[in-house]
Amino acid sequence: MAIKSWWRWWWLGLLTLGLAAWLPLGCTGLNSPPTPPAPTATLSIYNWATYIDPQALSEFEKRFNVRIKYDTFDSPDTLYAKLKPGNPGYDVIFPSDYLVTRMINEGMLLPLDQAQIPNQVNLSDQFRNPAYDPGNRYSMPYQWGTQGIGYNKKKIGRAIDSWEVMFDPQYRVSWQEESRATLGAVLIALGLDPNTTEASEINRARDWLIQHKGNIIAFAPDTGEELLNQGEVVLAFENSGDVFQVMAENPDIAYSIPKQGAILWVDTMAIPKGAPQVELAHKFINYLLEPQVAAQISNYTRYATPNQTAIQDKLIRAEDLNNPAIYPPPGVMRKLYILKNLPAPTLKLYEAAWNAVKLKVGKA
Amino acid sequence: MNRSWWVWRGLLVIPVLWLGIFFVLPLGLLVVYSFLTHQGYGNVLWQWTGENYARLLNPTYGEILLRSVGLALGTTLVCLVLGYPLALWLVTQPRPWRTIFLLLVIIPFWTNFLVRTYAWMVLLGQRGVINSILLGLNIISEPLNLLFTPFAVWIGLVYGYLPFMILPLYSTLEKFDFNLVLAAQDLGANFWQILYRVLIPLSMRGIGVGCLLVFIPAVGAFVTPDILGGARSLLVGNLVQNQFLKTLDWPLGAALSVVLMLLILLPILLYLRLGEPGNPMNFSS
Repeated sequence: MAIKSWWRWWWLGLLTLGLAAWLPLGCTGLNSPPTPPAPTATLSIYNWATYIDPQALSEFEKRFNVRIKYDTFDSPDTLYAKLKPGNPGYDVIFPSDYLVTRMINEGMLLPLDQAQIPNQVNLSDQFRNPAYDPGNRYSMPYQWGTQGIGYNKKKIGRAIDSWEVMFDPQYRVSWQEESRATLGAVLIALGLDPNTTEASEINRARDWLIQHKGNIIAFAPDTGEELLNQGEVVLAFENSGDVFQVMAENPDIAYSIPKQGAILWVDTMAIPKGAPQVELAHKFINYLLEPQVAAQISNYTRYATPNQTAIQDKLIRAEDLNNPAIYPPPGVMRKLYILKNLPAPTLKLYEAAWNAVKLKVGKA
Repeated sequence: MNRSWWVWRGLLVIPVLWLGIFFVLPLGLLVVYSFLTHQGYGNVLWQWTGENYARLLNPTYGEILLRSVGLALGTTLVCLVLGYPLALWLVTQPRPWRTIFLLLVIIPFWTNFLVRTYAWMVLLGQRGVINSILLGLNIISEPLNLLFTPFAVWIGLVYGYLPFMILPLYSTLEKFDFNLVLAAQDLGANFWQILYRVLIPLSMRGIGVGCLLVFIPAVGAFVTPDILGGARSLLVGNLVQNQFLKTLDWPLGAALSVVLMLLILLPILLYLRLGEPGNPMNFSS
């Protein structure tokens, strides 16, 4: 066949392809309802991964006729590192308790205009005026939970209630890729204060982890529950709600708040300095504090809500509300510690300890 | 100085500016940071110190550096052993097929590197494809620990960087005159003699370029060990990443990067030295 006729086929093919691509578009275009007005603004959000009901976002987009740009992080360290050199354009961020304090101290957050957040009346007194942000001047609580042990009860064969099992050489375990959390849990396991400023105690936790490195499979960046679900590990130090999310699909998995205690964390909503859409950011925070929205999100993520109205109005799924692993009874609550922001020299000790742990475990 | 001389100089301005702003300047900043005092959580004190390098003398860093280099060398060697015969086979294929096969080597590049690395998680996991098949065939009774081991990292690196070896080898071997092989055969050379005396010396250039293209990214790799290596196979790339993104000890991270760069520079200098005098890039005799 001559070259020329090859070209003809080529063009014909291209034309057919073009037509095929255009036809279905054209047809749907004719039948579709009139399009809503184009969004007027874009709200940029930076939150933990798998930490919201996507429906709540699209509902906000519809109600306020805006577009949401949603980015996720996997550890508070990442959030801080991303914002520290200057806000890359986020309007609402979700820092954890101790990180709020640090960001306030370093002038990274914008004070909230309380008048624009009337829905804060729904918050439980327990979570108002917290030590990490007195008077809630810079942050509003979003959700809270514990960091305990997610485990495969079929493979372990019993219910666990102690941190000891995390150091048992016969089990494959994962810790979190988060210095304060993992070292804090080890400190609690050793009967020490997770907010300790004593170098000797921090180093004891470091040495204890290194000494038991034999069973550490991964320092999971907020993915321990996946490793648990896929059978890579039988024990994972993880956030309560993350474990509950995989429990829903895998009945072999359970969650425990060990008897020695655990870390209680509060994630908050805050507006970083340099946010392009400050007013819209307030609207978003206020929206997430609506009882229905807060309940919708907590029912999805299986984390506890600080929204008292949502609990009182029975908007929260009853099985979650009665689950002591999600809403622990007062006796357990007393043994839960909130991580505090620590002075820079102490943080340097934690950093150095964490580096040593990763190094020593990493060369195994 | 005629006009074309000025035109050439003028055209150079843009690349020189580009490299100056986006390569030399950041590199200089990196070196400067490596000599600053770390102040905890991402802040530095503008006070010169050699402390960051002193901290690197900790033998554990040396071990991890050594392991990274070893793993990168191993990756390069395996890529060469796998890539060379493949490239040789490719160039001996008739025309239309050669292009199609070459395309098959390149096509994986069209998929994101992360996705391809995650795919290895699906293959190597406890409930992954490989373990399921072996368990199903009753070859093993307990799943093998494949994922989160140095072996998994090594597989991931070889898989990821193999095309970087094949392509330069292909382009060198494509120009190879296979009459030389016939001549060697006529003169009584056996297969190994042809390989060592004729083929390899005449494709040294491709081998050198391929090895560099594999070794350099492999020695600094951090995504592959992060995804496939778990807690127990830390590489120097992860160390650098940790310093910048997790513990925020920028000076230490910068010092590590500088050391790593010097380490990579070594094989490049060696490579250039091997070239013919006066023409550093040409060393196909």
